[in-house]
Amino acid sequence: MVSVESYANAREAAAALTPTARYLGGGTLLMRAVNYGDQSFDRLVRSPDPALRMIQREGDGVVIGAGVRMVDVINHADTAFLSAAARGVGGPAVRNAATVGGNLLAPHPYGDFATALLAMEASVHMADGTAHPVEAFLAARDSMPGLITHVRVPVSQASRLLFMKVSRVKPKGVSLLSIAASVPRGGSRLSGVRLAFGAMGPTPLRAKAAEAALEGANLDEAGLAPALSVVNEGLAPADDALASAWYRREVAPVYLKRMLLEARGW
Amino acid sequence: MVKTPVRFTLNGQETGLFIDEAANLLEALRRGAGDLTPKQGCAQGTCGTCTVLIDGEPRLSCITLAQSVEGTHVETTASLGRGEMLAPLQQAFIDGFAAQCGFCTPGMLMAATALLRRNPNPSRDEVIEAISGNLCRCTGYEPIVDAILEAARSGGAAGTRAGHG
Amino acid sequence: MTTIEFRKDLFADERDDNLNEIGKPKLRQDIVGHVTGRSPYYDDHLFEGLLHMRCVRSPHHHARIRAIDYTRAEAMPGVVRIVRPQDVPHNINTLLSLINFGRDDEALLQPDKVAYKGEPVAAVIATSERAARDAVAAITVDYEVLAHVLDLDAALAPDAPIVNETYPNNTFDYHERFDHQKLRFGDVDAAFAQADHIVEDSYQMSPIEQAPLETCGAIAAPETNDRYVCYTGTQALFFSLGTTAKLLDMASSRLHFIGGTVGGGFGGKVDSLHEPLAVLGAMLTGAPVKFCFDREEEMQVGAPRGAERWHIKDGVMNDGRIVARAFTGLFDAGAYTRLSSYAIVKATGHLPGPYTIPNIASNVYCVYTNRTPATAMRGFGITGVDFAIECHMDQVAERVGADPIELRLINAYRDGDMKAHRRSAKNTALIECCQVAAQKAQWALSPQMAALSSLQGGGEGWRAQIPATPTDAVGQIGERRRQTVPLEPGQHGAPAGQVPAGQAGETVHAAPPQREDMQVAPERIGHRTAATPGYPASPGPQRSTPVVPPAHAPAYASASPSPRGTPAAPATRTFASPTPQPPPPLQASPAPALQDLSLQRQPPPSSPSSSSPSSSPLRTTGYQPLPPYQPQPAHHRPAAGGPGTSASNAPAASTASTTPPSPAPSPPPSTASPPTAPSGDGPASDAYRPEQPFQRGVKRPGVSRFISGTRRR
Repeated sequence: MVSVESYANAREAAAALTPTARYLGGGTLLMRAVNYGDQSFDRLVRSPDPALRMIQREGDGVVIGAGVRMVDVINHADTAFLSAAARGVGGPAVRNAATVGGNLLAPHPYGDFATALLAMEASVHMADGTAHPVEAFLAARDSMPGLITHVRVPVSQASRLLFMKVSRVKPKGVSLLSIAASVPRGGSRLSGVRLAFGAMGPTPLRAKAAEAALEGANLDEAGLAPALSVVNEGLAPADDALASAWYRREVAPVYLKRMLLEARGW
Repeated sequence: MVKTPVRFTLNGQETGLFIDEAANLLEALRRGAGDLTPKQGCAQGTCGTCTVLIDGEPRLSCITLAQSVEGTHVETTASLGRGEMLAPLQQAFIDGFAAQCGFCTPGMLMAATALLRRNPNPSRDEVIEAISGNLCRCTGYEPIVDAILEAARSGGAAGTRAGHG
Repeated sequence: MTTIEFRKDLFADERDDNLNEIGKPKLRQDIVGHVTGRSPYYDDHLFEGLLHMRCVRSPHHHARIRAIDYTRAEAMPGVVRIVRPQDVPHNINTLLSLINFGRDDEALLQPDKVAYKGEPVAAVIATSERAARDAVAAITVDYEVLAHVLDLDAALAPDAPIVNETYPNNTFDYHERFDHQKLRFGDVDAAFAQADHIVEDSYQMSPIEQAPLETCGAIAAPETNDRYVCYTGTQALFFSLGTTAKLLDMASSRLHFIGGTVGGGFGGKVDSLHEPLAVLGAMLTGAPVKFCFDREEEMQVGAPRGAERWHIKDGVMNDGRIVARAFTGLFDAGAYTRLSSYAIVKATGHLPGPYTIPNIASNVYCVYTNRTPATAMRGFGITGVDFAIECHMDQVAERVGADPIELRLINAYRDGDMKAHRRSAKNTALIECCQVAAQKAQWALSPQMAALSSLQGGGEGWRAQIPATPTDAVGQIGERRRQTVPLEPGQHGAPAGQVPAGQAGETVHAAPPQREDMQVAPERIGHRTAATPGYPASPGPQRSTPVVPPAHAPAYASASPSPRGTPAAPATRTFASPTPQPPPPLQASPAPALQDLSLQRQPPPSSPSSSSPSSSPLRTTGYQPLPPYQPQPAHHRPAAGGPGTSASNAPAASTASTTPPSPAPSPPPSTASPPTAPSGDGPASDAYRPEQPFQRGVKRPGVSRFISGTRRR
């Protein structure tokens, strides 16, 4: 049997977390585990702390509370650049529940929003005051204790976020893969591109070999070719019910090329 | 077994229940409040047939912690129409053969109700998006989309007693 | 917007457009319940003190159960009862035992050996679903993991692991003789030798989960009058009722089943596993009990449409005529039979698809693998082979350089053509479908093809004939365990016999209708018989010339269209008529057209004009062959349980050759042998005559004596 506890703020809630307790955010993953009798935890911890649900500009970035829902990201002006990624999560009812913090912990093949955060080089902030780059957080998330309070996403006028979700069922389906890329605005030469893939490994992963190959490349077929040939380096797709690893590797460069070429002239 | 109290408004009626601590809202509505209109298809948030409105927003009751709806307004398909009088949306589903086995229908109706209240004149794409979290295995969706568009033309949301939220 | 176009110009004289209901829009009677959320699905019934039942399931594909430790679970809060295999009163069943097809091979809760991942070995009943889940998680099962087989061809290898002990050869036993269902029509080998092209290929279809939105389940509760009420989502209420009565060894009159409101089925709710568990739970606890699949169980354990693998070999002439077609089909039944054995009979009856091909042979195997048992799904038995056939038609078109639609038109069946299952085709419409499809796709057809009609040219000459058919005895039960035996039909040594063209041995007679208003038109029943109702002797190994139709045999547009129902083809006039005829030979299989022909391997009678050709020494036990169908409902009804039933106890033809018949009448139900008796256990004494409806008091082998009535049609 599972008990439920509520704490006034995130710090107290974090203190109540033990190996057999889980923090309940939107519930889209955790209530499913409760319903299906997951034996790995027997306590749910909640908090109505309003700080967990805030979105605000802060210097050259935007701070998004871990309890902010996908629908909030879509509707808030300061997070408009992330709305395509937030829209990629579930159907409307799921987006009314699913949270930013939860998406960072969502196992494969979920985590489309976390993929966008990874391409944006966001940082993950914990209740104990520590902060981790998203990439480091994702790599260590299975063993990392504590409670996420917010993420901080750097915002630059010089770049923009491209996002593409590939699924068999449209408009809502689980990802075969998702791609997020932070690319420079204007001009035809690429630089500082940050490229992240969802559902191409146990967590969202950066495609750093392709990023390097895109440095200084022209945004056209010939310019992209070297990056497309190395796009799978660093990715670790798995077979699942939706697609085989082989298929995912085959189509990853196809969709990346499509997404980048469609972004020309923006 | 210790039960937890939860109070909320269900289809306009003050409702108080004693539930298992980790019970989901669907279980509380069905076996606690006796409202059998929301159905359980997956208990994992993928099929949408348990869709209810919480403060006007479509939510999946099977993955909503029941005690989290404390103080909210919850609406189910039981709120649509009154007695023999059906809501335009329900009538449109009948006229358009938008149900076969009927199991997805309550969820479809609630997702569509939320849409039509927010957007009384949705485009076809907006309708498809609004029910994208609701699976139907019988109809192939087209009659459902058509029925929702028809309900919009005939004043669909008006008959659904909006305004609890 | 979805639109339907009615092509009422086609077959207009076969339809009355002035009917009151048919052809008119009609509201579904359940639609108001659906849009108000009030349609009562099985779970929409509230019970005070409802208990929840969940199964302990095997994590292995194949394993022997060494021991189960229930101690932790028994002590857990909320646990009301652990259900063990020995709590199931009659823990062995096969779904189709209700129609006397196949042997019991599946336990409700598996006591010894699990044969698929997710097979239930025990169950827990608790006060909440979560408590039941927690208790299931606390039960530890000690498994000895066994080698498993998941591939169809691998399962047929001589050294393959034995999946299902009831069928130790990993194949269902057909007609107690072969490890596959045979179909033979004409001489494919001889026709292949004359064909211009041989086109062969293989096709396969993966399992498909029906995935209804409502998962399978049932709620049962004690009711007044010592009964149990059971609300169920079943698609087959009386399957569920009979199966529950059998597994629980309980009179079906004590079961009050309520169904009919199904949240999607698509074939996946025919296997009755939920009702027996729910009712058993109610019996053991005296409380209302709900048993239902969660979504993961629905996907992993819920029986899917099974996988199929087909090999098709066609003999094709340069002008596109297909003169021979041989099928080898493998159906993946999973670990237990369920409905796959029947799907194969259905598939075989469908061959060679909607085409008229003069030489056809088929071997189809019901193969056991360590996969989830397969069951029905929309058109099952047909869908997979149709997929293979139509893919193959495209391959043939490509090989001979034919237009793919015209290839289909050239070979399409027409009214009056003889089908491989030896019945005349009626109400055919493939030609018109192809023509309309071509028109819609703006696909040009030659004027000759555009002028074809399903009503013209069918049943002319060879098209109406049953050709001479060589038979073989390859693929005996168990043979494959000892040696490699070719799977495909065709030339494997000399033929064992030959059924002459137009032979009479296939004649069967439908059962008399129960009511006069159920009578069917005489031309719709029975098989075509030879002019001489004898059994011309030519069982020797010599081959006859295969039927290879002459080019242009279809005689496009040669005859004026004739309305259906009065076939122009003269051949169809020889169909069994209601006029009494001399007693024909017995052919007692429920699917006689599909019966392997080599069963007729008795020495030929000395006189070719013998009027009772298969009246071998077997016919000395007072058996009176059935006269042909006569429209007199009560005519063949035997006296209930009396000595008069001895006439109905003659063994079925398929067992007659190996088992001497017993003249003794069936024992009364109360002293019947246990229902577990396999079919080898004296089919004669258990004889059950499916062609005779309403045998009162006759014990059906393998069926609970508590099921009311016998066989219903």
